[in-house]
Amino acid sequence: MTWTIIVLAVLALVLWGFYVSWRASRLDRLHNRTEATRTALDLALVRRASAAAELASSGLLDPASSLLLADAVRRARQAEAAERDLAESDLTRALRATLGAPEFRAELRAEDGGDAATELLDEVEKAANQVFIARKFYNDVAGRTLDARRRPLARVLHLSGSARPPEFFEMDDELTDGD
Amino acid sequence: MRIGIACPYSWDVPGGVQQHIRDLAEALIELGHDVSVIAPADEDRPLPPYVVPTGRAMPVPYNGSVARLSFGPLSTRRVRRWLRDGAFDVLHVHEPTVPSLPLLACWVASGPIVATVHTAMPRSRILLATQPVLRTALEKIVGRIAVSEAARSTFVEHLGGDAVLIPNGVATRRYRHAEPLDGWPGEGGAIGFLGRMDEPRKGLPVLLRAFEVLAPARPGLRLLIGGNGDADEQRDRLPEELRERAVFLGEVSEEDKVRLLHSVDVFCSPNTGGESFGIVTAEAMAAGLPIVASDLPAFRDVLRGGQAGELFAAGDADDLARVTARLLDDPARRAELSVAALDAVAGYDWGIVAQSVLSVYETVVLGRSAVSLAQ
Repeated sequence: MTWTIIVLAVLALVLWGFYVSWRASRLDRLHNRTEATRTALDLALVRRASAAAELASSGLLDPASSLLLADAVRRARQAEAAERDLAESDLTRALRATLGAPEFRAELRAEDGGDAATELLDEVEKAANQVFIARKFYNDVAGRTLDARRRPLARVLHLSGSARPPEFFEMDDELTDGD
Repeated sequence: MRIGIACPYSWDVPGGVQQHIRDLAEALIELGHDVSVIAPADEDRPLPPYVVPTGRAMPVPYNGSVARLSFGPLSTRRVRRWLRDGAFDVLHVHEPTVPSLPLLACWVASGPIVATVHTAMPRSRILLATQPVLRTALEKIVGRIAVSEAARSTFVEHLGGDAVLIPNGVATRRYRHAEPLDGWPGEGGAIGFLGRMDEPRKGLPVLLRAFEVLAPARPGLRLLIGGNGDADEQRDRLPEELRERAVFLGEVSEEDKVRLLHSVDVFCSPNTGGESFGIVTAEAMAAGLPIVASDLPAFRDVLRGGQAGELFAAGDADDLARVTARLLDDPARRAELSVAALDAVAGYDWGIVAQSVLSVYETVVLGRSAVSLAQ
């Protein structure tokens, strides 16, 4: 009788141990994925800034629009980690202010030498769209990681170890006005 | 002479550059010239007859804050039309390194172009200005005017070429006399401030901290503050018991601004940076007010190194409190500073300044045909 209880208890303990280790490795995977998606987001932001910088120095836009864009790019590139979201949102706003109207973009593409314009604008639009998607993915994984960290078992047994909790990356990333 | 002036900032918003342009335009008109000013402005608002609006300016992030500027294809077309219709002898652009109408005007025009730089440009923005598209536009400038030594060094050191130093004008007559606001300055003395409250470089928080130091020992002392911004937010910086002694007027009309200046015993310019010429400070001088200003180079110039107004260490509220206390206690020194301020500011009167600007125009039109559209 007592033996049965002991065997059952040991079995339960072993199963629980497996469960805990599975939970820990899941958290670890989530943290890794958060980091990977964050890297992807950073790359997307860098790509967008480069595209905007290229457009600013292309001579395609009027000098005032070029200067606005170049200023926003510089600020985004130099922003401290804590102000990155604001600086990137400002770059979005500068892009929207200079390229916001879809008719204007169509006009640029149709002009003489429109091929170069098309290439530059495509790159900006693509890069901006990539930022939009990368940020969605990142925030999604970050949210799930935060949820998993908050579970009682993870908190009591300190399953996330030394990994820092991820932060959401909030920014204005709508390139086009009102659609 | 037919003169076209391009203004970078929204005409609807009060600001030093806009006021400079308005006063210059009016002084030139008074001297018998034809003047047209193109500016970002709402067409529906009443405008002076010499202003051509380009429509409501778009708020965009620029240089760390949000500015209302005009740019893009629509504005470019309007600038072209204005240049063609105006057939100007000379084009005068202001702050051509700001992304707005003056830069566009440089870009699309050719001929005698004069540029005035108001603000000293930080190095980082000058690097931007070396971009080819900007350089082409800026290289067309033939006459360069700087409103201060700091602004002039921007030309000399970074944009190439020297500039004539013509300080801002002050319509001194407009400020000389006015009725104080009801109940001001009062027994215990009053300190005045004018400027946007939410712009940290204007330094209102420094003044409020100094007031906190001064107020306990001077029960009647009050603050009179005029300018855009959230008054409640600023008032909350003060301890509860001092809040009713700081009076916020909000945005003031031209007329009330002059009355404000005549309602205080001491005027304070606590700016912490960014000022190339203290236009508001000069106006307060024209009202004959004793000035306490931070020791920025621009204020140092206008106040003759401290002879025409007291200087304190920029950003240092305790120093401001100390200097202000000394002035409040010394009516003789205040009277002396008032006379010195009026004397110093007379040289900045627009009548004199407009003549200097005209001689720049006369130099650049020599041997050049009138302003036309560039190919």
